This record gives sequence, C-alpha cells and structure tokens, in this order.
Amino acid sequence: MALQSLDIKARSATTTPTPQARGAIPVAKLIDISKCIGCKACQVACMQWNDLRDEVGDNVGVYDNPADLTAQSWTVMRFSEVEVEQGRLEWLIRKDGCMHCADPGCLKACPAPGAIVQYANGIVDFHEEHCIGCGYCVTGCPFDIPRISKKDSKAYKCTLCSDRVAVGLEPACVKTCPTGAIVFGSKEDMIHHAEGRIADLKERGYANAGLYDPAGVGGTHVMYVLQHADQPQLYADLPKDPHISPLVALWKGVTKPLMSLGIGVAVLAGFFHYVTAGPKEVEEENETD
Amino acid sequence: MTNHWVDIKNADFILIMGGNAAEAHPCGFKWVTEAKANRKATLAVVDPRFTRSAAVADFYAPIRPGSDIAFLGGVINYLLSHDLIHHDYVKAYTNAPYLVREDFTFDDGIFSGYNADKRSYDRESWNYQIGADGYVMVDPTMQDPRCVYQLMKQHYSRYTPEMVTQVCGTPTADFLKVAEMIGATATPDKVMTIMYALGWTQHTVGSQNIRAMAMIQLLLGNIGRPGGGVNALRGHANVQGITDMCLYSDVLPGYLGAPTDADAVREEYLAKKSLKPLRPNQMSYWQNFPKFHTSLMKSWYGNAATAENGFCYDWLPKKDAPYDVLHIFELMHQGKMNGFLCQGFNPLAAVSCVKKVRESLAKLKYLVVMDPLATETSEFWQDYGEYNEVDPAQVQTEVFRLPATCFAEDTGSFTNSGRVLQWHWAAAEPPGETRSDLDIVAGIFTRLRELYQKEGGAFPDPVLNLAWAYSTPLTPSPEEVAKEFNGKAIADVTDPKDPTKVLAKAGEQLATFAHLRDDGSTSCGNWLYCGAWSQAGNLMARRDTADPSGLGFYPAWGFSWPANRRVLYNRANADPAGKPWDPKRKTIAWDGTKWSGFDVPDMAPNAAPEQDVGPFIMHPDGVGHLFALKGMAEGPFPEHYEPFETPLATNPMHPKNPLATRNPAARIFKGDEADLGTVDKFPYVATTYRLTEHQHYWTKNVLSSAIVQPAQFIEMDETLAKEKGIANGDVVKVSSHRGYVRATAVVTRRLKPLTVDGKTVHTVGVPIHWGFVGVAKQGFLANRLTPYVGDANSQTPEYKAFLVNIEKA
Repeated sequence: MALQSLDIKARSATTTPTPQARGAIPVAKLIDISKCIGCKACQVACMQWNDLRDEVGDNVGVYDNPADLTAQSWTVMRFSEVEVEQGRLEWLIRKDGCMHCADPGCLKACPAPGAIVQYANGIVDFHEEHCIGCGYCVTGCPFDIPRISKKDSKAYKCTLCSDRVAVGLEPACVKTCPTGAIVFGSKEDMIHHAEGRIADLKERGYANAGLYDPAGVGGTHVMYVLQHADQPQLYADLPKDPHISPLVALWKGVTKPLMSLGIGVAVLAGFFHYVTAGPKEVEEENETD
Repeated sequence: MTNHWVDIKNADFILIMGGNAAEAHPCGFKWVTEAKANRKATLAVVDPRFTRSAAVADFYAPIRPGSDIAFLGGVINYLLSHDLIHHDYVKAYTNAPYLVREDFTFDDGIFSGYNADKRSYDRESWNYQIGADGYVMVDPTMQDPRCVYQLMKQHYSRYTPEMVTQVCGTPTADFLKVAEMIGATATPDKVMTIMYALGWTQHTVGSQNIRAMAMIQLLLGNIGRPGGGVNALRGHANVQGITDMCLYSDVLPGYLGAPTDADAVREEYLAKKSLKPLRPNQMSYWQNFPKFHTSLMKSWYGNAATAENGFCYDWLPKKDAPYDVLHIFELMHQGKMNGFLCQGFNPLAAVSCVKKVRESLAKLKYLVVMDPLATETSEFWQDYGEYNEVDPAQVQTEVFRLPATCFAEDTGSFTNSGRVLQWHWAAAEPPGETRSDLDIVAGIFTRLRELYQKEGGAFPDPVLNLAWAYSTPLTPSPEEVAKEFNGKAIADVTDPKDPTKVLAKAGEQLATFAHLRDDGSTSCGNWLYCGAWSQAGNLMARRDTADPSGLGFYPAWGFSWPANRRVLYNRANADPAGKPWDPKRKTIAWDGTKWSGFDVPDMAPNAAPEQDVGPFIMHPDGVGHLFALKGMAEGPFPEHYEPFETPLATNPMHPKNPLATRNPAARIFKGDEADLGTVDKFPYVATTYRLTEHQHYWTKNVLSSAIVQPAQFIEMDETLAKEKGIANGDVVKVSSHRGYVRATAVVTRRLKPLTVDGKTVHTVGVPIHWGFVGVAKQGFLANRLTPYVGDANSQTPEYKAFLVNIEKA
C-alpha cells in the first residue's frame, strides 16, 4: 500500500533529486471539531506511543493542559468559549499540532541538510539527529508548531506517527479517539468523508461549516472540519489564511539563490583560476617538512 | 441500563441530563456520535454547566443544581397538556388506567400518611383499589378521577413552564425547546434515550429524579424499545457487577430483598417477597423468589442447607436498619465499630464530609485497606499539612495495608453498564507480594474459620459451614467462582410439565434461572447471572461480532443478564397484538405460535397476545408504574423538594409549607443538621463533578493523567468573579459549613448566573479527583465541602447541590 511509502519527496537544504519510481498516495488526518469532546485521549496516546512525558504543570485558569506545545507535548487541546450567535455559547475544542503542510515552511527554512523531510505521502518529519537547533523551522512555520527542546536544543513536533503509518497503522491519536473525531486515510478519502460531515453540520444549522485545508501552504495533510469555516480564528486563533513567513520567502526566494549564486560564482572563479593559472605548485622546501 | 451501550446508536433523540457522558463515559459516548452520524439523531444536554457533552450537542439548556424534578415534572405536564403521549402504549402497558385508593392524597407537598416526628410515611394509602375478584380495578377510558392518569395529570398541572423557570432558572424558551424535542418521540417510529449518571443519583431526591424520567419514557412509549429505555451510566469497569452482587446491605445477590428484623420466619419472608399477580394472567415473576433464594442458600451453605433447617435461613443476618455508607460511618463516629475492612474503596475521599469520616476512622481499633496503591484512607492518620491536618500521636487506629492487584493483573468478569458480562484475562504480572482480592478474602476467611474451629465462639455455624469447595482453598480460581455464581443442578432437574424430561442432570451447570428450584435441588450464587457459565462453557468469554438484527445486539458477544437479553421489557417493543411498533426496529414479535426474533423474549415464550400478559413481568400487575405505589420513600409521584442546603428561603412550589421545603422522608442524623450551612453565610450553590482526564481518585497516581489535568481548580461564572474581584487563574478559597478547599479559579462563560424564584443564583463548580496521595499536584479532597445527608431511598449522599462561600485566597 503506497500510503506506507517512506520515499522522500523533499529534504531540507538538499538538492539531490528525490525518488520518483514508486507511486505514493497522499495521506491525511481529518479532525472533526464538531465531534471532539476534548477528552485528551489523543494527547495521552501521543505521549505513550512516542515515549514523551511532560512536566506535571499547574492549572492556569483553563482546561488546556499542558498549557502549550512543548518538545514533550506534540499535541494539545485548545479550548475556546465563543458566542457566534448571541446568547448561544459554543465550546470549540481544537486539537493543535503539526498540520503537515504540502508546502512546509519549516522544511523550506531549515538550513540543516536532512533535518526535515517530507515523505511522498505528505508527512513532514523532523530527523533530530541532523537538527542544529537554529530554530528557523519555528520562524518558518505558519502555525507556530515546532518547539526547541531545552534538553538537547533540537526541534520536535508531531510526526503524524510516520513510524506507524510506515507499517500500515493509523497514527496513535486516531487509534485512541473514542468518538471518531480523528480519522486517517488517503487525503482524497478524507476530503470525501469531510464532505459528508459538512453536509450534516449544515443540516444542523451550521451554514458556514467547511473544511480547513488552507491553500496558502499548498493544502495540509492534517485537516479540520470546522462548524464555522468562515472564522477559523475562533478556534484558538487558527490562521484564516496561513502563509509561509516572508522572512523564509526572503531566505528561500532571494537570499538563498543569491547565496547559492555566490557559492557558484566562487566555484566558477576557482575553476577559471585553475584553468588559467594551473595547479598550485608545491614549493620544494615544503616537501621536506 | 434497561438497554445497552451499543443500542444508543438506535436513538432518534438523546437527552443527557443528570450526567455528562462525553466527559465521564467518553468511550460509550461514541454511540451518541454513531446515532448522530447514521440516524441523524439530535442530542440535547440539560446541565448546570455547559459541559463537554454540551460542546457537541445540538441544544443545551442550563438548570439549577437540585431542581431536576421541577424540570422533568414540567416535561410531564407539557406531554400531557399537548397530548404528546403514545396512547396505545400508555393504555396497554402502564398503570395509567388503574384506580388508586380514595384515601391517597397530596396536600401542599406532603402525601398521605406522613409522620413528621419519624420523618417517614405510612405508605398504606399509596395503593390501588382492589376489586371483589382480588385484582386491581381499571378504567380503560382513563376518565375516572381516581385513575392514575387523572391523578398524574392533576399532580403535574402545577409544573407549568413558568414554574419550571421559577424553580430551575432555565429560560422558558429553552425549557420549551427541550420539551418539544422530547415530545417529538411520542410517535411509534421515533425513540428517545436518556443517559444519566451521578448527576441524578447524588441528591436527596436522587431516586425520584430517575423515576420522573422513567415516567416520561413510559408516556412516550420508549421503554423496551431499541434506542430507548432509561439508561444509568455506571462508574468504573465493574460497578454494575458489584451492584448485581449486592453492593447494598438491603439486598442479597441478584437484588433479592434482604430479610430484616420483621422477617424472623422464613416462610413469611418468602411469601412476602413472592408477589401475587394483581391482574389476570400476569407473570409476576417475583413469584419465583423462593427458587432464587433457596438456590442462593444452597450455593452458600451446600449440604448444610437442608429443607429441615429452612436452608439455613436463620443464619442470615436480619437487619434492624439500612447499613448504607452514611449509616456505617455514623456508627463508626459514635464509636460503635471496632474494625473496618475497606476493599476497593477510598472512603476518606469518596464519602461526604471528610471531617466526619476522618474522625470516624480515628475511632476504630483497626482498619484494613486492600488496594493496589496507598490511598487517602490508608494515609488518613498521617499529617499532610493543610490537606490532612492530623496529629498521628492522637490516632490509635492500627492500619493494615494489603496490596491488591489492579484490574489488569487479574482474571475474571466485568459487568458493564449495559448488563453485559465480559470475561477478561490478566494482562500483567502483579508486583511484589500483591495478591488478588479473591485471594485476600480467601486468606482472611480460612484463618477466621480456623480460629472458630479452635476456639469456638458465639455463633460459629455460619462460618464453619460456609461452602468453600475450591480446589485450593487459599486461592479460589475466578473460573470456580464464576461457575459457582452461575449455579448447578444438585439433583436432576426435571420439567414440571413432564417429570420424565430431565432439564439438567445432577452436577451439570445450569443454562437458565428458569431451571432453579426451591426444594434444594439447585444451587446458584446469583440468579441473574445464571446461564453465564452453562454446560456450553464460559459464555462471558464469547467475542462473536455477528449482529443478525443489524441493531447492534451482538447476541454471542459476552453474556447479558438476565438470560442473555439485550433489551429489558422487550415485549413492549411490539403492540398488544404482537407486531413491532416500528417495523424497522424489530426485536421480538409474535409469530403465531411463540415470541421470536433477534432478542431473548422478556415474556413467557408461548404467551399469546390475547392472554394480555403485560411486558413488565417483574411487577405483579405486569405494567409500567407511572404511579409507584409503595415503592418509594417520599411518594408515588416525584415531587420537587429543595436540596438540604438550598439558596432559597422556601420551596417555590410550597412556599407556605416548611415541611415540604426539603425531602420530607430523607434521613438526617442527629448532629449533622447542625453541620448544614445557610444561605446568609454560604450564598452560592456548589456542585461536585468529574473530569474526563481522571478516574475518581485513582488516576492522580498516573503520570500521563496528571500531566493532562495536573492541579485542582474551581469553576465560576464571570459575573460572580467580577463581584468578588477574582481573576482567571487566581487562587480562591471555597468554604462550606464543613470545611474548605483552596484552588485555582477557572472563570468561565460555561457557568451562568440563573434567576431563581426572583433572585440571582450562582453555581460554583468543584471538580473532584485531587487529594494528598499521588503524582498530580496535591490538593484538597472535594468532599471536605459536601453534606452528610443522602437520598431517601438509596442514601446516596447529596454531592451535587450544597451551599458554599467563595473568596479570593
């Protein structure tokens, strides 16, 4: 099953061409916020599968615990109390974590070769052994997801359980979700599933129900069904139209080619210098040292 | 549950009230999402708080804690006044047409027979009119002013939508919306389910909350039907199992009423329990009580139980009072108990009024705690500073901790809320010297027996003669115990209609409780579990996912008591002629010669519809009880009474009758009345509850649970916070007349002030789960706040509605 392919589609700071021979079907995790009860079983499953244990924190006046993503918490539930219709409270609970962008800002920004990869199935994965801890991925992420560990100064985030997906299993959070609010499969199937859910929500009075699969980052491999897709910011500031930071665009779009050009110029200059001046002769007296 | 977990997917409308299924039963809640997804079912939540269940509901309505009967009474009035009832069902399957005695009265909140000094009722008048034929008198037209229908209509006519708003604080439009959603299921093709839990039971009117909903479901014709019923969501994995096996002292295993002081003579006791039919042709299934009881005594006492000695009936304790948890700790507090064996129970945390429980435990000579972990109870004598201020030198109680296995370390059966017994297998080796609860009890018993053997004693017979025929007496196997509770034939069991036909040979495991006998030829530890381990083997271990009905009954998955029946009272799913009310929801039907279909019929298999055998076979009249007769302590119709600590001066429904302010039949011990707070000093309503991240007081020992919900908090509305100068995240002190807790404030829009009886009522939310043992942040036991008073029938403490004050700490 091509869902499982771990062929690399893109690799940070690398120009080597990626493999093309095998087909791969893009995958997606669909989070249906209208079905989510905020039980945090997904958070616990994530901890257990990935051997993560965050600090036992404190209550800071909200249900969100841990209060934010950390190197030990790759997914957290964010609770928002909103009144879209006056007098009708809604408690919107959004599972936050890596969106696995088709056009990943983290990967684009990353200067460490192979520290961030994108698999042919769309999963964006961090290979921490290559990470140099520069934090460019944090700047590069339109969703403020990666966190740098205080312990080893490396960046961590949700892997979409690439290790499970690689052997034909669903991500741990999907497996544990008691209400089926999180589902996983090919992106095409997930979009189809979402369409059914959105039709149901519209029948129940959510006229603006819709799918969150933002085009600004080329679409995502983690998508949301939102009751109010016209106002994603209601869901703990989910960006309405996420884009990769202009800093990254600058780095990738202008600076990096310029730098590459600079490197190329240096190489060319060296070559022509070699051609015109020939190899550097070694002085005889030096050979005796 | 009358129905079962999977069956919730068959509902058209789901009401969550008196519970918070998404929060407390997240795995079972999946069936709600199935119903929504596949049947386009709607979900409404009525709760003092906008809960996690409300977060995914189609509609939410707020309600003041402790006012549910006013709301449900309002629904009954709405259904009756808008004629939204399932007429054929009500007429045929309930006692609506039955006539009630002339001397039954209801006067300003008090039913006939009240004795204010005893705080109890003489219930004699709460009964039917009996005709010359010995049967109940009936008016099929339901016009007689003494028929249940008319009395009920009159009783609930006071519960107008305006009164609901006045008592509950629920906006009238919200109430009417919920009533309309409920009423829409009065047609035969629409079914509603109710999911409730401790939000209804933990009140001084807890049992009547549930009665009120049972009446609604009867009026709508929703009991006995797929997607319907009255569904109690039980607590941890096996709380249904311990209830079935006699959690309460007033019953023996299988809900056999236990004998009291009044039941000195066996024959009289059995006759009293063998209810005779009150209408012609009724099954009145409790007529079989002597078979169940005798088989139980044979299971307990084996060969020592003989017809000559009344099957050892005299050895059974005859109670002088109900020994519920409040009474037990009251006696302990009075210094009348020496020792306490505490198994799977953390009373210091779990019982109301921590102060009283701690004082009580300190009066014991010894306390034995069997538990996988240290608990607040086993540590009650230790000083944990403000969380448990004790001078250990002043406590003389000797505490023994016997480390017990946790559920994943032993083998046995779990009974879930839906009455399904499922066998489970040990998944891990227990650590160190841990033993299973079974082994611990066996060890205590065999040592006690040895002592009695050596030393005699006041009354050694019941101990020395207890059947203990396990292959290794110190470690009975779960399989042996399971076979024992299923029961077996001691002599050949024959068919009463054809004595040559042997139903079960001597020594064989029994297949059904229909084979139990009252002559000592069968033994059975719990008649309801009979059939779970028959000659066919351990049916609890079955895992067949075949579902011929398509309704999610899975008849070969585990074993559902009674008789592997998946929906109780399923005869009521068919009309009086035996045809399903809704052809798409067929369970059983009359096929011309017998009842057959996808479920085990809750009916004599050959009882033809013309015989008019009612579907509620446990009742002597065969019908569902809209009028509860003598069954309830405080009246045959649920009536709203205020919580014992009320924010109001009077009961708005009976402002001139102080006797009817609070449940007139609820028991309160001397001394505890003085521990109740009043609204002048404690002006806010508080309610305690659970959070999805934790399980009771256990998971504060689990690191991952501690991480996702680390520290104690208190919830309050924005208006109250502003009035008190409290900001979100501030530390606050919440006090009742009995104690205080200090925790972080969560200021939320999910709680709203309500206008009740002309005044503003704020509700303060007190999640439980924290204590002074575990890996989560230390906290205060929530029950430091709660009062020592319980439901009039079950004595469940009133954890859900009491008074507090709140201050910035």
